[in-house]
Amino acid sequence: MSNKVLMKGNEALAEAAIRNGCLHFFGYPITPQTELAEYMAKRMPKVGGLCLQAESEVAAINMVLGAAATGTRAMTSSSSPGVSLKSEGISYMVGCDLPCLICNVQRGGPGLGGIQPSQQDYYQATKANGHGDLHLYVLAPASVQEMVNLVGRAFDVADTYRTPAMILADGALGQMMEPVDFDAALSEKREIPEKTWATNGTGMKRKRNVINSLYMNPDDLEQSIIDRFERYKKIEENETLWEELYTEDADIVIVSYGITSRICKSAIEMARAEGIKVGLIRPITVWPYPKAAIAKAAETAKQFLVVELNMGQMVDDVKVACECRRPVSFFGRTGGVLPTADDILAEIKKLNGGL
Amino acid sequence: MVVFKKPQSLSPVPTHYCPGCTHGIVHRLVAEAIDALGIEGQTIGVAPVGCSVFAYNYFECDMIQAAHGRAPAVATGVKRTNPDKIVFTYQGDGDLAAIGTAETVHATTRGENITIIFINNAIYGMTGGQMAPTTLPGQVTTTSPYGRNPMIQGNPIRVCEMLSTLDGLAFAQRVAVDTPAHVNQAKKAIQKAFQNQIDKKGLSIVEVLSTCPTNWGMSPTEALKWLRENMMPYYPLGVYKDIDAKEENK
Repeated sequence: MSNKVLMKGNEALAEAAIRNGCLHFFGYPITPQTELAEYMAKRMPKVGGLCLQAESEVAAINMVLGAAATGTRAMTSSSSPGVSLKSEGISYMVGCDLPCLICNVQRGGPGLGGIQPSQQDYYQATKANGHGDLHLYVLAPASVQEMVNLVGRAFDVADTYRTPAMILADGALGQMMEPVDFDAALSEKREIPEKTWATNGTGMKRKRNVINSLYMNPDDLEQSIIDRFERYKKIEENETLWEELYTEDADIVIVSYGITSRICKSAIEMARAEGIKVGLIRPITVWPYPKAAIAKAAETAKQFLVVELNMGQMVDDVKVACECRRPVSFFGRTGGVLPTADDILAEIKKLNGGL
Repeated sequence: MVVFKKPQSLSPVPTHYCPGCTHGIVHRLVAEAIDALGIEGQTIGVAPVGCSVFAYNYFECDMIQAAHGRAPAVATGVKRTNPDKIVFTYQGDGDLAAIGTAETVHATTRGENITIIFINNAIYGMTGGQMAPTTLPGQVTTTSPYGRNPMIQGNPIRVCEMLSTLDGLAFAQRVAVDTPAHVNQAKKAIQKAFQNQIDKKGLSIVEVLSTCPTNWGMSPTEALKWLRENMMPYYPLGVYKDIDAKEENK
């Protein structure tokens, strides 16, 4: 028997975090993410956890840093402008090799932008979450159920590789209600390495631990970054996720992620009904990027169409992954405007006619 | 009989501090308090950005190095997940009273049960002598080369006085380490600030008026004299808040 409940994405994400052992949440209100913090505020006291509203996004991420430094599972969430504020703390957490979960329920930018869904933070999330050479493990779910499914994985990967992880959602996923089955979402249990590095008091039983991102000797700093990138390589090998649809015979492969990929799926069915061979690659992790899947599709497909809620960001990764061996087109709406399936179908037809 | 020895909580390493700098004295007082209360194994310290950024090398307890100004937020995360551990931050004036003002004020008003050691030397030491939020009117620094003019650069901030208006604050005392008598006073204040945390009383802050001979351009002795003649009148020593005293008065 299924245990489905109807929940808003933001609330489901919060509940999933609690069910995955995260009992410390530090946040700040911002639309369209606020329900996540509100749910935490309501639920945490009942499960012996803590939801603390910080004085700023900056403080919230640093509270997460302090909690994570003691080896505690902790998270924060925000929306685009707030994630920019967190970027300082995110960079420090990477420099300190601290695990945590950050959720970005994206809205339109730049600046205060708007409160409608967007995917304008793709570059930020995958390439520049803060200063310095760094990456996060970034998951881009396409439904409320998938968002819930990925939370446990995000925490486990963060703990295993000592890296912050991010759920890159958007205002649509955060605000929409869909049926969710939490029992189905519990990921396979992983062996999480013991956090012997945690600064939770020596108890006079071990040498002191220091959590630090400062290296005065450039050789030491370089080595620490090289070591971290070795771990990134393992994340790329072991933790890259994507979904493929009709890629075997597709002339046109659409690459799209998150909420946009669902509109693309409708457009693909419409195109297929008209005899146009269209397929889909949907990155589930946007960092690491499923380069191999794109490269493989480039062997058989004639061209790629990238669809995003921005002016064209992930399109660069597709060009790199297929080494520009096939034409890569882009279609997007931005600022909180969503394309319809008809809009995407028209784009497909344009490309198909040009073949 | 041993009359003088290195506190156990102080690491046996040379420090990077300049000759005549008072950070060394304050580090020692913090370590003595940790020793006296027997809390080394339960203590987690948070180092700032500034001259004392390397504090993580000098205390034998677990240490975290925070971003500039964020130590009270980091300490909040540590304490809220480990309420039975002892958490302290060690911060300079730029860190605590400029870039970290919001974190300082809100950790205080929330009544975070932590201890803050605040070094006020009226200048940015690590970056080479720039104007601090606590730089005095008329004081020359590299970014107030004609002397701090309140009409242009604004006024200094008195931290203990400001924080004392907040309900979450348990204890605030301003001390100095310019004379043996003042060092003894500072020692008592710092120990009390840790004891308050053990007793779960809320946030305690000890502001230590300190010297920066290097960036003030003075000898260590001249610097101590300058501190007495210029800083003490603007930043009077004393207890600004003590919830124990209030209880006694009732």
